[in-house]
Amino acid sequence: MTSLSSTASSLADVTTSDAALRRFLHGLPGVDQVGVEQRVASLATRSIKTTAKAYALDLAIRMVDLTTLEGADTPGKVRSLGAKALRPDPTDPTCPSVAAVCVYPDMVPYAVEAVTTPGGRLHVASVATAFPSGRSSRSIKLEDTRDAVAAGADEIDMVIDRGAFLTGRYLDVFEEIVAVREACARPDGSRAHLKVIFETGELQTYDNVRRVSWLAMLAGADFIKTSTGKVQPAATLPVTLVMLEAVRDFRASTGRMVGVKPAGGIRTSKDAIRYLVVVNEVAGPDWLDPDWFRFGASSLLNDLLLQRTKMSTGRYSGPDYVTLD
Amino acid sequence: MSPTSRAEVRKTYKLYVGGAFPRSESGRSYVVNDAKGRFWANASHASRKDVRDAVVAARKAFDGWAGRTAYNRGQVVYRIAEVLEGRREQFESEIRAAEGVTAARARAAVDAAVDRLVWYAGWADKLSQVVGGANPVAGPFLNHSAPDPSGVIGVVAPDGPLLGLVSVVAPVITTGNTCVVVASEPHPLTAVTLGEVMATADVPGGVVNLLTGPRAELAPWLASHMDVNGLDLTGVADPELARNLEIEAAQNLKRVRRPADEDLLATPGLGRMTTFLETKTVWHPVGR
Repeated sequence: MTSLSSTASSLADVTTSDAALRRFLHGLPGVDQVGVEQRVASLATRSIKTTAKAYALDLAIRMVDLTTLEGADTPGKVRSLGAKALRPDPTDPTCPSVAAVCVYPDMVPYAVEAVTTPGGRLHVASVATAFPSGRSSRSIKLEDTRDAVAAGADEIDMVIDRGAFLTGRYLDVFEEIVAVREACARPDGSRAHLKVIFETGELQTYDNVRRVSWLAMLAGADFIKTSTGKVQPAATLPVTLVMLEAVRDFRASTGRMVGVKPAGGIRTSKDAIRYLVVVNEVAGPDWLDPDWFRFGASSLLNDLLLQRTKMSTGRYSGPDYVTLD
Repeated sequence: MSPTSRAEVRKTYKLYVGGAFPRSESGRSYVVNDAKGRFWANASHASRKDVRDAVVAARKAFDGWAGRTAYNRGQVVYRIAEVLEGRREQFESEIRAAEGVTAARARAAVDAAVDRLVWYAGWADKLSQVVGGANPVAGPFLNHSAPDPSGVIGVVAPDGPLLGLVSVVAPVITTGNTCVVVASEPHPLTAVTLGEVMATADVPGGVVNLLTGPRAELAPWLASHMDVNGLDLTGVADPELARNLEIEAAQNLKRVRRPADEDLLATPGLGRMTTFLETKTVWHPVGR
């Protein structure tokens, strides 16, 4: 923390050149791999029961970005996803809606239509920038982003150029995030929220995760997101812990708060609750809010609903009583 | 210690869930005494969460097991009989310890269990011809009915250490169901040993799941579970408990087999198989 605070005054200068950026990112303290994994393992043993569990389940439902990112997506599938996002459990009016639905750019208009109700609407997130690989020219990526924003997306999930990051061209990655952020602007002067996907499964080390977290936050990311869900391993607890430390330290240095979104591989309520424990213990309760922490998931929601039903009825439920995804 | 003595190798009796042998999630165990009232071993005292895990395992195994050909299921049930035959000495000694019966009686009990498995194995590819078939209908249709397995069946096994268990499990799995079994409360150890037989007899993991522990604690969780499709109450001796379980089971219209006095040594009949079947009828238009 001390070394980070001392850098706070010079944060504006670190992005002026590739060399300065490299000096800053490589000057971040290294991650203690064993320490992170040990801390995660001990936090994962916390027992969350009864009323705390009921609260955690509802909070987790409110944090879900209900996602469908398949080549086989159709307007019909997106509509049914939207209906489920609004009323995850149609038999129980006390069940909250999820945070957002997350789709490919061409499905955004259908998603917007599906989650709009007379009482307001849920957020629609769209992946962009040649998701999931990000291997396309910058002009295509920016056009992809503008297209999704014009179609009504409230949040843009961009992927970084992992090749550039791993070969050390940090300023390229930085400038691309800044450019995509500018492409998120709407004609009325507002801006779609930008989530930056790192694909941590391709970044090899926790040190890289810490560096890329700072890089994205310096470039103006509103959210930092672990993975596309298309690469294994996707989100893991240790990686999320490193990212949560980064957003905590970034707020301490700059006063700006950035959200975190683990995505991919979180399928059970037990997993989700472990993430919430880590959020609370590492970043703090300020992040225990759908505005600052999200789960990118599809099958997780069904398990949350099954657990919720178990808590309210006292009997175990089964997959026959939730939708097929 | 004299050079010829060796440390006693004591067996840990665990649960059989999803093809593996886990300890109870709760970490609990209870003491099982032999027929003379002496300490014999500790058995796992399963909890509601073990019931939950077992139902998940049984549901996961159901599609694969029900999707096998009836002929192949018959082969697997027959294979259980083969492996059981090969381990008969272990079962005979366990039955003698559990019930305090003579060697001849124990041998007869194992014989009966093996014979029962073979009997059910033979029915696997014959039952649908007996309970299904073409129906005469007044119209230009070919109409036929065929039995389908119900799904995941909760079974409360009776007290007979081996024959009782085989008599309730074999009919349920022969027709393509998967099951979660609450083993006999006073005689749980043979059930765990039978699990070892299943695990080495080509029975896919999750088709049979064996839990040991108090029936009154475990059976209500099976009865109320919305993902269980049938309930066999053969081992429930207390009429009040049986009644309550039946009421719970009505929540999702489980098929229920009530406890009744029956002679397990007699040829069983088809009732145990047909209770947990759903009849599917197909109408097919005929003509040119």
